[in-house]
Amino acid sequence: MFFTLLRRDLLLIARSPALWLPVMFFVLAAALFPFAVGPDARLLARIAPGIIWVSALLASLLPVETLLAPDVEDGSIDQLIARGIALELVCAARILAHWVGFAVPLLAALPVAGVLLGLSADDGTRIAIALALGTPALASLAVVAAALTAGLKGGGALAGLIVLPLALPVLIFGVGSDVAGAFRLLAAASLVALAVGPFAAAAALRPE
Amino acid sequence: MIDNLACRRGGRLLFEAVSAQVAPGGALLLTGPNGAGKSSLLRLLAGLLRAESGSVSGGGRRAFAGHDVALKPRQSLGAELDYWARLDGGRDRLPGALAAMNLAGLVDVPCRHLSSGQKRRAAIARVIAAGAECWLLDEPTAGLDAASAGLLAAAMGQHRAAGGLIVAAVHGDIGLADAQVLRLG
Repeated sequence: MFFTLLRRDLLLIARSPALWLPVMFFVLAAALFPFAVGPDARLLARIAPGIIWVSALLASLLPVETLLAPDVEDGSIDQLIARGIALELVCAARILAHWVGFAVPLLAALPVAGVLLGLSADDGTRIAIALALGTPALASLAVVAAALTAGLKGGGALAGLIVLPLALPVLIFGVGSDVAGAFRLLAAASLVALAVGPFAAAAALRPE
Repeated sequence: MIDNLACRRGGRLLFEAVSAQVAPGGALLLTGPNGAGKSSLLRLLAGLLRAESGSVSGGGRRAFAGHDVALKPRQSLGAELDYWARLDGGRDRLPGALAAMNLAGLVDVPCRHLSSGQKRRAAIARVIAAGAECWLLDEPTAGLDAASAGLLAAAMGQHRAAGGLIVAAVHGDIGLADAQVLRLG
């Protein structure tokens, strides 16, 4: 069941015209900063983790309006509920699919962003590990926000307001991942978000 | 199986003290003016709304066809119905369901190119393929031509002959023989 739901979500993401949007946004943001900040390589390398994490956070929010709202509008969620399929399962599959859809391409594009920002190979590896650990939390938060705003007009902006404060711990531990223990706190933040996310999103989708 | 049901939506009491019982092979037609709560009663039976009071019991597994057809515009009709049949564990029933609603020639067509009547037929085919005991149909003939309405009537007859139940919200005749009628509003 979970596999069927996940396969469907991945298929729809792969076919969506917005597939490349998050990763394009990520690379563009990384490419723009050197122009905006100036060619000071040391300064760029110092602020690079912050740029990368903020870009990743915003990239995770780009598809938020298409994560659940279309399924609520076209009756797909109704069909799932009528079949007695647990919405928690549906949301868990959606979180995993969203992570695959935005975080995996983002990690693949990280070397490009790293070169543009003048990151050293060591720092690049560290940020890659931090992103791999932290992006599941971002995916989970995005799906919860998508569920909360699914029936609303212009829900995307509201979703951003919901996610940004909740994503702060991930951002802080992610940017400060050179400090001892930051990886573990990042992984812990992801685990908490992944554990709570499906239930919170399902509760928001369930009929009153 | 419907016992003393009441439903409130948006602070307004839609209906109360609604009771009905449908035997296997039976059909229940919900009639009444617009806004009387026909669709709400169906959604309640499908588990999409919570009842203010009262209860629904029995009836086995339910398959629901509402106003929203739940077909993704970029996917082909065949892929869409295959997905839902997979969730229902009824992929072997799908070819029969497609044939019953005369959709076999449309399986490769993207859903955005289907007419509203064709989408409605697809939603009914999904109900047939679900293999559920109880069909919940919300104005199933809306947008259907005479031939398709005939196909629907035949499918419903077959379902009832096999001991299935049908609850349908209707405005006119949809070709259900000796059905009970529950008038709302």
